Amino acid sequence: MEKKEELVDFVVTARKYKTLLTTKYKNRPVWRKPVEGEVISTLPGTILRVEVKEGDRVEEGQLLLIHEAIKMQNRIVAPVAGTIQVMNVTEGDKIGKNHLMVKIKN
Amino acid sequence: MTDLHKNIQALRKKKAVVQMGGGEAAIEKQIAMGKLTARERILSLLDPHSFHEYDMFVKHDGRDFGMEKKELPGDGVVTGTGTIFGAPVCIYAQDFTVAGGSLGLQHARKITKIMDHALKMKCPIIGINDSGGARIQEGVGALAGYGEIFYRNTIASGVIPQISLILGPCAGGAVYSPALTDFVFVVENISKMFITGPNVIKTVLGEDISMEDLGGARVHAEITGNAHFYAQSEVECFEQVKRLVSFIPWNNLEKAKPVEPKEPCAELNIEEVVPADPKQPYDVRDVIRCIVDDSDFLEVQELWAANIVVGFGRMAGETVGFVANQPMVLAGVLDCDSSDKAARFIRFCDSFNIPIITLEDMPGYLPGVDQEHAGVIRHGAKVLYAYSEATVPKITVILRKAYGGGYIAMNSRHLGADFMFAWPGAEIAVMGPEGAANIIFRKEIMEAEDQDAMRQEKVKEYIEKFANPYVAASRGFIDSVIEPKETRMLILHALKLSVLKEEYRPAKKHGLPPF
Repeated sequence: MEKKEELVDFVVTARKYKTLLTTKYKNRPVWRKPVEGEVISTLPGTILRVEVKEGDRVEEGQLLLIHEAIKMQNRIVAPVAGTIQVMNVTEGDKIGKNHLMVKIKN
Repeated sequence: MTDLHKNIQALRKKKAVVQMGGGEAAIEKQIAMGKLTARERILSLLDPHSFHEYDMFVKHDGRDFGMEKKELPGDGVVTGTGTIFGAPVCIYAQDFTVAGGSLGLQHARKITKIMDHALKMKCPIIGINDSGGARIQEGVGALAGYGEIFYRNTIASGVIPQISLILGPCAGGAVYSPALTDFVFVVENISKMFITGPNVIKTVLGEDISMEDLGGARVHAEITGNAHFYAQSEVECFEQVKRLVSFIPWNNLEKAKPVEPKEPCAELNIEEVVPADPKQPYDVRDVIRCIVDDSDFLEVQELWAANIVVGFGRMAGETVGFVANQPMVLAGVLDCDSSDKAARFIRFCDSFNIPIITLEDMPGYLPGVDQEHAGVIRHGAKVLYAYSEATVPKITVILRKAYGGGYIAMNSRHLGADFMFAWPGAEIAVMGPEGAANIIFRKEIMEAEDQDAMRQEKVKEYIEKFANPYVAASRGFIDSVIEPKETRMLILHALKLSVLKEEYRPAKKHGLPPF
């Protein structure tokens, strides 16, 4: 167990408790509010093909690119209709998880 | 020399060959990795001269890829029976020196045979895992072998204690046998467990991680919760296994063997362990040490979800299980991991006739998006299910805080507790006084000239009126408000009274716990 000096204030329903934090708690994922029009990778992988470019007008459901991850060629489609504001990937790019690939402005 | 003597000589020779496993060079390699051999491990674990080996002459099933010409002594696994502190056990140890301890069908059949034996004889089964995985050359035969082991792990679950030691690699499908067993032991630098290894993760996902960081002993003991006991060396690990075996019964029809009763020896004063201020932390294990025989507590999953403490102790010589909130870590909240940990332990105790003593001091559930999205509802429900389902004697002592859903979850009267005790400083309420006062007296606080002063006053008022054990006691939800010093005596009294406890549940095939 950790040392006593690391005691911190920890709030649970309006009351502050003195306690220690676990490594797992400190490393917990931080939630981020999804932004409409942002297309973010859910898996690491490779961009096989890009079908649109910045400034293009796209309809909802239109194919944006092919993202290969875990041996599957995933069709990434526009979540909303609008104009491609940012095209953040090019063919052959290896990207990680949570990578902003495309931004659509409607 | 008579024929008999010749035969005996021949047998000894045959045995000697098998006992050398993969041969001297392979054994040296095993030792260089800091590991003992399969037979050394078994002999270190069992009582001296108690081991009897089975199926030494089993031959492997490989018919392709040149395997048919290979001799694999014992087919890479040592199986047999013996005793630990006189308790009969069935045991197997994979032999990494023979084809990397890889699992083929006959290797698996040796394991399932000794598992069947354990189930029939109603004694614990101990598995020592040290294997490169499925023997690829045997193809689907190896997969069949794993499946037959998993099936028996499941059938034996709750009937005989099942113990797994991870003393080497244990990867891919192989990890699921330990995961189905009751207790998993890991050793620093030796144990490796994962479904997909670093190489696959690198190739498929591009994530670069070492074997140790992905699935080493510490990771499973602290992060995943797959391991229950963590040791620095194999020798320490064997001592932990023996100690655990001494605390648990041989099977679900028996009670754990009692030992000589002893008074707690802790120099700690139970009245001084718990600070009166509910916001100040302490180590709840010190309370346990003030209560149990000889102050001897065997903690399970010490490093994982440390905001709840579970483990075994003895009261008047008989084994009991403790579940206690730990204010020292994350204020003792319930969250996904601590709920999982408590629920599984409660179900083990219930399966194996071990009374459960709950020590409660918790402010509620851990707030956070990560918790909600990780399914704290579903995980938290496991605790309610496990306590409600359990029919062993259930005793609760509320040490300090019992708020809201946490009060209900921690073996409350409403979930079927047999004995409910509370210390005089216990705060049993729908939520912490600050939160409650903010809601109930919102108007008064808002309208006050000095809002902080008013809030303080109202919090005080709430504590006096509601945050005490007497409101719950006035409804019979608490049987008695007790002095801390009476805790051990009253738990002993309760255990004595519940020796013949019987409680029945409606007949069903099985329940549907939220997992």
